[in-house]
Amino acid sequence: MKAIVLYLHVHQPYRIRHYTIFDAGNQHNYFDAPYDAPESNERVIRKVAEKSYLPTNKVLLDLLNQHPQFKLSLSITGTLIEQLEQWAPDVLASFQALTNTGRVEIVAETYHHSLAFFYSRTEFERQVALHADKVQELFGQKPQVFRNTELAYNNDLAYWADKAGYKGILAEGWDPVLGWRSPNFVYQPTYTENIKLLLKNYRLSDDIAFRFGNTAWEGHPLTADKFTHWLGESGDATNFNLFMDYETFGEHQWEDTGIFAFLRALPDEWLRHQDHTFMTVSEIIDAHQPVDRVDMPHTVTWADTERDLTAWLGNKIQHQAITALYALESAVFAANDPALLADWRKLTTSDHFYYMCTKWFNDGDVHAYFSPYSSPYEAFINFMNAWHDLRYRLIKSGQEL
Amino acid sequence: MLGWELPPHNSGGLGVACYQLCKALANKGVGVEFVLPYHADYSAIDFMRVHAAHPQGVKAILKSGIAYDSYKYIYEDGHEEWLSMHDQQMAYETAVGRMVEYLDFDVVHAHDWLTFRAGLRARQLSGKPLIVHVHSVEADRAGIEGGGNPLVREIEGLSFLMADRVIAVSELTKQTIIREYAIPADKIAVLHNSLDLEMMQPLSDSTTHTYLHALKNQGYRVVANVGRLTIQKGLPNLLYAAQKVIAKQPKTIFLIVGSGEQYQELLELAAELGISQNVIFTGFQRGAHWRDSFAVADLFVMPSVSEPFGLTPLEAIGYGTPSLVSYQSGVVEVLKNCLKVDFWDVDEMANQITAVISNDALRDELLKNAEEEYYQLSWHPAADKLHQWYEKHTFDYYGASAS
Repeated sequence: MKAIVLYLHVHQPYRIRHYTIFDAGNQHNYFDAPYDAPESNERVIRKVAEKSYLPTNKVLLDLLNQHPQFKLSLSITGTLIEQLEQWAPDVLASFQALTNTGRVEIVAETYHHSLAFFYSRTEFERQVALHADKVQELFGQKPQVFRNTELAYNNDLAYWADKAGYKGILAEGWDPVLGWRSPNFVYQPTYTENIKLLLKNYRLSDDIAFRFGNTAWEGHPLTADKFTHWLGESGDATNFNLFMDYETFGEHQWEDTGIFAFLRALPDEWLRHQDHTFMTVSEIIDAHQPVDRVDMPHTVTWADTERDLTAWLGNKIQHQAITALYALESAVFAANDPALLADWRKLTTSDHFYYMCTKWFNDGDVHAYFSPYSSPYEAFINFMNAWHDLRYRLIKSGQEL
Repeated sequence: MLGWELPPHNSGGLGVACYQLCKALANKGVGVEFVLPYHADYSAIDFMRVHAAHPQGVKAILKSGIAYDSYKYIYEDGHEEWLSMHDQQMAYETAVGRMVEYLDFDVVHAHDWLTFRAGLRARQLSGKPLIVHVHSVEADRAGIEGGGNPLVREIEGLSFLMADRVIAVSELTKQTIIREYAIPADKIAVLHNSLDLEMMQPLSDSTTHTYLHALKNQGYRVVANVGRLTIQKGLPNLLYAAQKVIAKQPKTIFLIVGSGEQYQELLELAAELGISQNVIFTGFQRGAHWRDSFAVADLFVMPSVSEPFGLTPLEAIGYGTPSLVSYQSGVVEVLKNCLKVDFWDVDEMANQITAVISNDALRDELLKNAEEEYYQLSWHPAADKLHQWYEKHTFDYYGASAS
């Protein structure tokens, strides 16, 4: 059997509003931009709900109803779930309708989509636990497979996940690491006992996530027929790991590219062959023994051509911001103020650091598309002003800083 | 080429832009006869011929100071006369009219309104095409839409209509010309100013700002502006913002370099706001003092109300200082890695200044990325474009006279 392992990542951050140094000490509502501002979280949620979440979930539910073999995995961050509860309960219900079929698996991650693993192991573990609780509460599942923010992975993380009892972990199938090996099998991380490793097939995934609507691409237009034909060319593969942002459907690739029609047609085409099926991440892990061990001493992510963390931590202002944030951690916990803790945690979301990326600012590129701010510097200034206010609140509450 | 000033006898960016543009043109093989309204020793310039346009019987014309000051005429019979800027403009026009007879040229290229009447006269007498180059219009200098001296506005409006082509130093200026004078958009071409990096005076090991460096060692941070103290430059808003910044960060010095008619007003405003101890006015500076004023700063601020281009933020980067500029500046069309603010938004100006002076990482990151843009600067693309336009207009002219 050959299985498509479709895994979609669903996330929205709490964007920081235009927050000045004169707001610090006076107003603590960092995340409440006016509705018409580009950094309005409510507006983004409603927009993405209409363009992506509601239509995509409708297609997915139809597919689950039509094809008993159709299955997929999702990861949904806590920061998104909270926003859906507040502004789009219809979307949350539509995700629950998917998991109610019993064929949609939720993947574990940090509640706040943070880089805490690299800055505070204790906070990292707390955020993973918070996420698991939320998933249990809303979807009635205990996640078995772990993915870190931005698929940021190394041997340490695999070691941690193994000890924590996960049966699997997800990472990028990056050529410099894999060498001649194919991502289309189940692997095991080095230095681990039980956990298995699933590697993203980035070529096939990116055909959908990045290239689908590109009319200059030689594969355009991509049809389900053509795509399943490409999969069929890989002789002895056991699994095709299609990992991507959920917002590919309708938001990164707009409806007029034909992305929904593609998704709708994919199971029909793929399941024509008796030897073909779909599996969730846990199922493929249970179905196969690892073919080899994979060693990743350096952190690899699923971002950019470098596949590293430089989009989040590549320049001085990003380092300054994240270091300053984690420096407040112990005071934030000592203060024992739930509102303060919640605000601090919302600032750990990796997107804030991504908006400060200057790597390709001169070319005005893909990063700019995802940022609500006019420049990386503006993103940094808003963040640090919010940080100043957090520090102000900590001092007011009697913390020594 | 008709111009009003060249460095070192310049009051601001106009002379610098003319000098560097001509140098780049000369590199393309274009011969330039540059006509100034005064005498000075320009023997060091070897890439073009520099002339002084003056009435018959005049031995020398001396510039007293900045562009808008009066001129001293010394006649051959020994008597002296002071001319106002307006009379000087007339004298220049008459003299340029005479020079048309003996100078050899294909195109007349005039920079800003002071030379436009002379440009029109030259066009009328010679029949050669006229290109008017706009570094600022009267509404920019007046700091208000539809504003300024009506006589100057008349000269500008007429020249834009009569010229064969209008060149604006930014898209912003092009839009201003359209707004103020209803000139058809397709007649106006945009030619961004640039900076000749070879002409940047290198920093030396020692600074002339001994005091400011001592303060910086005490943890102070310096915010600088270099420019004329005139309404167009928006400096009162910088002082209002300074008051808010100093309230947050008392160890901040605002360094205001330049002279102009707002000098006294700004001095009094600083006192009124209670920030005189933190605001340093240096007056007009050249050379090492000028250069080191950029270099000593942690942030350069150009809060102009209406700045057609604005070279100083680029010069600041060359001296290791990032910039905060108003959105109402042409330079934002060519410089991405800077902070930006609306000139009237004092709170936001204060917010951004505070962010930079409280965080060296932000200053350094801005600078690092701005420097990448800075080292790409060159006048060559502008000179290439201009050369093409010269050839087109010359061809049109000779083509027309042949038929």
